[in-house]
Amino acid sequence: MADKILKKLNIKVWRQNRASEKGKFETYTIENISTGSSFLEMLDILNNDLIEKGIDPIAFDHDCREGICGTCSLYINGRPHGPDTEITTCQLHMRKFKEGETIVIEPWRAKAFPVVKDLVVNRTAFDKILQAGGFISVNTGGVPDGNAIPVGYDDAEEAMDAAACIGCGACVAACKNSSAMLFVAAKVSHLAKLPQGKVEAKRRARNMIAKMDELGFGGCTNTGACEVECPKSISISNISRLNREYLVARFSE
Amino acid sequence: MSNLNSKIPEGPLAEKWSRHKSAIKVVSPANKRKLEVIVVGTGLGGASAAASLAELGYNVKAFCYQDSPRRAHSIAAQGGINAAKNYQNDNDSVFRLFYDTIKGGDYRAREANVYRLAEVSPNIIDQCVAQGVPFGREYGGTLANRSFGGVLVSRTFYARGQTGQQLLIGAYQAMNRQIAKGAVEIYSRHEMLDVVIIDGKARGIIARDLITGEIKRFGAHAVVVATGGYGNVFFLSTNAMGSNGSAAWQCYKKGAFMANPCYVQIHPTCIPVHGDQQSKLTLMSESLRNDGRVWVPKKKEDAEKLQRGEIKANDIPDEDRDFYLERRYPSYGNLVPRDVASRAAKERCDAGYGVNSEGKAVFLDFKYSIERLGKDVIEARYGNLFQMYEKITDVDPYKEPMMIYPAIHYSMGGTWVDYNLMTTVKGLYSIGEANFSDHGANRLGASALMQGLADGYFILPYTIGDYLADEIMTPKTDTSAPEFKEAEKSVKERIEKLYNIKGSKTVDYFHKKLGQIMWDHVGMSRNAEGLKEAIKMIRKLREDFWKDVKVPGEMDNLNPELEKAGRVADFFDIGELMAMDALDRNESCGGHFREESATDEGEAKRNDEKFTYVSCWEYQGEGKEPKLNKEELVFENVKLTQRSYK
Amino acid sequence: MSKFLTASIGKKFIMSITGIFLMMFILVHLTINLLLIFDDTGELFNKGAHFMATNPVIKIVEPLLGLGFMIHILWSFVISYQNWRARPIRYAKSNPGESSTWASRNMLILGALVLVFLVTHIINFFWIIKFAPDSMESINGTNMENTYKLVSELFIESIPYCIVYIIGAILLGLHLTHGFWSAFQTLGLNNKNWMKRLEWIAKIYAVIVAVGFSVIPLYFMLVK
Repeated sequence: MADKILKKLNIKVWRQNRASEKGKFETYTIENISTGSSFLEMLDILNNDLIEKGIDPIAFDHDCREGICGTCSLYINGRPHGPDTEITTCQLHMRKFKEGETIVIEPWRAKAFPVVKDLVVNRTAFDKILQAGGFISVNTGGVPDGNAIPVGYDDAEEAMDAAACIGCGACVAACKNSSAMLFVAAKVSHLAKLPQGKVEAKRRARNMIAKMDELGFGGCTNTGACEVECPKSISISNISRLNREYLVARFSE
Repeated sequence: MSNLNSKIPEGPLAEKWSRHKSAIKVVSPANKRKLEVIVVGTGLGGASAAASLAELGYNVKAFCYQDSPRRAHSIAAQGGINAAKNYQNDNDSVFRLFYDTIKGGDYRAREANVYRLAEVSPNIIDQCVAQGVPFGREYGGTLANRSFGGVLVSRTFYARGQTGQQLLIGAYQAMNRQIAKGAVEIYSRHEMLDVVIIDGKARGIIARDLITGEIKRFGAHAVVVATGGYGNVFFLSTNAMGSNGSAAWQCYKKGAFMANPCYVQIHPTCIPVHGDQQSKLTLMSESLRNDGRVWVPKKKEDAEKLQRGEIKANDIPDEDRDFYLERRYPSYGNLVPRDVASRAAKERCDAGYGVNSEGKAVFLDFKYSIERLGKDVIEARYGNLFQMYEKITDVDPYKEPMMIYPAIHYSMGGTWVDYNLMTTVKGLYSIGEANFSDHGANRLGASALMQGLADGYFILPYTIGDYLADEIMTPKTDTSAPEFKEAEKSVKERIEKLYNIKGSKTVDYFHKKLGQIMWDHVGMSRNAEGLKEAIKMIRKLREDFWKDVKVPGEMDNLNPELEKAGRVADFFDIGELMAMDALDRNESCGGHFREESATDEGEAKRNDEKFTYVSCWEYQGEGKEPKLNKEELVFENVKLTQRSYK
Repeated sequence: MSKFLTASIGKKFIMSITGIFLMMFILVHLTINLLLIFDDTGELFNKGAHFMATNPVIKIVEPLLGLGFMIHILWSFVISYQNWRARPIRYAKSNPGESSTWASRNMLILGALVLVFLVTHIINFFWIIKFAPDSMESINGTNMENTYKLVSELFIESIPYCIVYIIGAILLGLHLTHGFWSAFQTLGLNNKNWMKRLEWIAKIYAVIVAVGFSVIPLYFMLVK
């Protein structure tokens, strides 16, 4: 773990004070960053510098900093979550960058994810899609024993693969159409793969797609960028399943 | 002590909960529609409570500081959730889970609460399966279990290494369904800054809209606080960056007692601190200790060479490696409980045997299991953890041993609650990690998820009815009441005060200093002198903070620094109370190790004669010493024994 | 059903159905065209072309084919516009090559170029055969357009046209590398196991189409 020191980096970052105001890029210089630091720690340090200089620090979303909460959401050097695969921004480390490099940081860009401030965007649209049907309608209590309905090992594994989605929005950010299909597909697949979720599968697919369209996300053109940029590598085969579920739901009307 | 009625029902342990349920009042569906409940926090406890209460018919308002309720820190739990299902036919039972939890908590938790937790645990699994939580399965389609944390049965259910996430998503989905129905109103990016009490009853909260900075009033018939733990008082912890103790602390200031604040859990397997730029510690699942061997060099000169980076772990031959856990605890070896493993690591590092450049790490070596089982088996078991480790540290743990070090992980202490989960303030409830009730002085692995969901799904929805049944005639809370005005005013004044200090140092500067004090003096091992020193240092630092902190940005805009400033201001107070509590408790129990109370071999020594009580701290006003109340713990069903893992 | 047609998946469904229809046509078209290089008298090809022009089934399918083309083309513009609007502010620095192929991101451009080619193609051949036949020949007593003459003369006389046709074939092939498996994906006829297989079949199909159609002008340009 031989950490080196990056003596100087240029950080070109989107600054926008409020949703209602116009934004622009600013470039800051930062010095002496350990390659063992995470990307967000680098931003912490930059922010401390900015505060000391009397400049408003850069707002960015982050929370668990261990790659699971899905809060962090930076578009770094042209890629969601930066130049590495299967990670979130908080797990990106500075060893992925070169001495003297200019790092460009932008917020997720999508009509459905408006900027709140600087690099912070509003991802409530995802919550709304799930509220439209991303659940199994059971109340607390009065459910059968956990082993009452057997679930095949492979089905459980496939459901888990899809359920691994952390709702970060990298799929939307990566997609040239700002489509939320991978996100919706992950939830529909997760529940459709389980016997408990099959009961209302049709309704779910219909309602979630309708909400997704309503909220201003684009359509899927199968470029596959979402899968590559997804921190949890959720497969676009789930999108095919979603299409299937949706078509079946529509044609059975 | 008049306030401290724990309301534990009479009768045999196994019947307490069912007797209690039949004795408490129930609200009719027609009346539930008229009642409002505020739930603060949307982790396992908060989300499950909000969903369940809304299903019953109550009008629920749910709050979280995150941009979405799904991001609460319950999501980070990896290993699993315990339940006394006995699916493995290994003679598990409610009593055995109860006993393990009480014993694991070093006999500092309430028997009745813990028994109830064990009793409802099977229902949690059923509920989660019905919600679509993709638990691991056997080929035959039944639920799989793993063993966890040194207990003798396999009762831990898991969803790969993301059990917390999957359970939280289950609860979040249940809540989403209620949001869609209009039964839950969700306020994300809202932070509770005060609880409003009218005529001795909790009637609402004051919250800041984190995007607009607006201070808003919210009224209700009852308030449920499910805001998690205060581990971030240490600055570096495995908690999320935003996790804080402020909501619970405001409740404390309004009359809710704070119980056992000194009990915090230190997790032995975290990725070590790598330098002064670090913001956060990453936990590696405890399950790694099943197949990894913990060691440091036998020779100090080897350790020093490692620290200088002159040699690597693999340069040290087996005979020069000190497998200190196996040496000290031959029967449990690498699987000793968390507190024991953590202290042993600290002991070796303090003695100069640490293995990273800071001298604060020990090795967790998989070489031996790879030799024994093959790389494939290890990869199947821990592949994702190994990958995460490599991403963070750039070291391949298949080839070189991992480095680990203990880190603050969980707070067993929290707001005092009675058997109904109500605090000492009427109508104010505390659930999940935010309360103190079930884990005593040390929490067993895979029990945090169980408690959060037990409280939210199966306990609070019953017990809150007992209180609300008397509130059916109470009209909707009028948020223009003077108490609301007063609370809003004081919240605004405090924000303005923080903002207007315009000092020279950042919030993080103070937070890091506080964390250092806490880690050095109120951390893994504590003594009276250090604790007294810590209290002094915290007071001094708090004074400096209120004079010299610099909060940039605008008050009426998204302002993370302002949010942090408010939380850190409370952390000073929490840290101080933790030190005071630790000072009072002159015994070693669970996560709390007092150097004065140790055996000749340096192992923890409990003092049941003097300290079989819950410390309940009562706020007395700004700048005044809090009052210590004691709830005696009565053990009728278990025999208190000294834990031994030798 | 109207809800279905306006939903994002519904629109894609139409693209897929028309796409698959057009892909089948292309295969038939290619098969007939390859007759050009197996019989230098042109009889075989002329017979084939005549059969295609007079077969009642084809007569019915022909207008459908035209409709399929129209819908596929018009719909692609509608969808692209709507997708484009989903990101009002573009990224300043974007690195999409790390995560997707150029063809998959530029189906509209590829499609539009294919369209330009298609128009040329129609003017060159289809229009003349259909509405302005200038050279007839009689085979086994049946009068038919000497399509072979039309095609071979164009390619033998004009190298630029040969190049245009080869480029057109390659563009079409590129369009199909993504279009083929994408159509199945959109129809839900894909899963984890078939993902790679479909991608391979798509590549093979695209290569057959691109090479197949290129071989014809090459043959006339080089061999004749």
